[in-house]
Amino acid sequence: MVKKKHAFLLMVIPAFVLFFTFHTYPALQGIFYSFTDYKGYGNWDFVGFKNYFNVFQDGRALSAYGFTFQFAIVATILVNIISVLIAIGLNSNIKLRKTLRATYFLPYILSVLIVGYIFKFMFTHLLPQIGQALNIEFLSTNILGNPDLAWLGIVLVAVWQSAAFNTLLYLAGLSTIDDQVYEAASIDGAKPWARFWKITFPLIAPFFTINMVVAMKNFLMAFDQIVALTGGGPGQATESISLLIYRGGFQGGEFAYQSANAVIYFIVIVAISIIQLRVLERREVK
Amino acid sequence: MIGNRANWKVTILLILGALFILLPLYLTITIAFKTPREMTGNLLALPQSWSIQNFLDAIEMTNFFQALGNSAFVTILTVAVVILTHSLVAYAIARNLHKKFYKFLYFYFISAMFIPFPIIMLPLVKQTAMWGMDNLIGLVILNGVMQLAFNVFIYVGFVKTVPKELEEAAIIDGASTWQVFWKVIFPLMKPMHATVAILTALAAWNDFMLPLVILSDSNQYTLPLVQYAFQGQFSTDYNLAFASYLMAMLPMIIVYIFAQKWIIGGVMRGSIK
Repeated sequence: MVKKKHAFLLMVIPAFVLFFTFHTYPALQGIFYSFTDYKGYGNWDFVGFKNYFNVFQDGRALSAYGFTFQFAIVATILVNIISVLIAIGLNSNIKLRKTLRATYFLPYILSVLIVGYIFKFMFTHLLPQIGQALNIEFLSTNILGNPDLAWLGIVLVAVWQSAAFNTLLYLAGLSTIDDQVYEAASIDGAKPWARFWKITFPLIAPFFTINMVVAMKNFLMAFDQIVALTGGGPGQATESISLLIYRGGFQGGEFAYQSANAVIYFIVIVAISIIQLRVLERREVK
Repeated sequence: MIGNRANWKVTILLILGALFILLPLYLTITIAFKTPREMTGNLLALPQSWSIQNFLDAIEMTNFFQALGNSAFVTILTVAVVILTHSLVAYAIARNLHKKFYKFLYFYFISAMFIPFPIIMLPLVKQTAMWGMDNLIGLVILNGVMQLAFNVFIYVGFVKTVPKELEEAAIIDGASTWQVFWKVIFPLMKPMHATVAILTALAAWNDFMLPLVILSDSNQYTLPLVQYAFQGQFSTDYNLAFASYLMAMLPMIIVYIFAQKWIIGGVMRGSIK
């Protein structure tokens, strides 16, 4: 028995040590430095909560939070609506089902960064060409160059790519619904719209919850697609929180200050995930 | 679902949607074969001739095969490390969840799923540079650490469904705990290994942020990082850029074409857990 106990301990201790060294320890260091004026090199002093107060008064940080939330909320809602629609489509009695399913899932396997570069080209060259040919003024300029519209371009790319995974989750959800439920409903004369809200949606509600939480969390951490599409520009109009921490921390000598920002960011993400889970799970029970 | 007649309306709508998915890839392929002179005309047109010159130039300029080797090295090694170690850790945790220490360990590990990478990024980069881990091996170790949370979560979920009687029979035959794991449990975990392998491979292959902050030697750059590093040159020659993008995406696309059923199934299994 003792030998067995040792074996189990030996199985987990190395992972525990590695995880602590490369995950928990840096996190604790980040929290520690957030109370100092450390630049990433040289001497430092404790400054208390000064960095935290400064984040709340920093126009650049606030605009990064504003942009990130706006982007994440809109993208989460759009991606979920579109994914449900595609999943219902793929789950109905269609031709070419396997090919279509494989096509819709394809974006999931591609690099977010490279997809971003391809779309950047489309926004800068293809869409204006189409816009000019068709005389659509909205399209005839590069929307990524417009501080008010650039975020929509990022939403489009994020939705194009993320819908793949969310659709798959909804498909998994739909496949758990028994056909007989629908047959009973159609005998009762339920219209498609009513059928969706009264039968399909409640049955896939747990998948809806996971999708909302996961999508929101991923979009709040957006980095790759923004680097590729706008680099945070024009100006700082599309600078996400991750990008700000990266830039300020590595290039701006703001190690301590961005650590404080990261701690706030962490609290925000956890709070949002918990709120979402609570609210959405309560709806499920009904 | 109702009736047996194919629903053509939905089929056509889905085909139109699929064209929107394929449009960026169509552009990537055609532009990769075009010459800069063809870029002034209709961008959606097919190339006048299918020359592979752009690919040859891109291979030479970006040192493509080196980057491909780096990406393959990191991806394959990460998958191997993750499957061998995370399954072991999850097994030990799942079989001892009634004990306080293991229960703590379980929640300690999976809580990392909620910790955004930027909060550990700045100190981590300092630490890895100081310890000489700013290379591909360091990247593999960090990949293993970053993915531990999710993998332990799905492996533990799976081990819980494996009846203990199987192990007890092996123990009566005189097998040690290690032997029970390698001979009984590890082979049983095959469906989960597939899921973990697919998700880990995709994450490691396409990862950009971690290699960006960890790697210091440009000879060790992975494929996404190379595309980033060459943006300056690429913005003046889109044909070269798209040839490079296409080559960077192609290995995964080829794997996907041959194994899509398996990949979709694996990801679905992971998501239902």
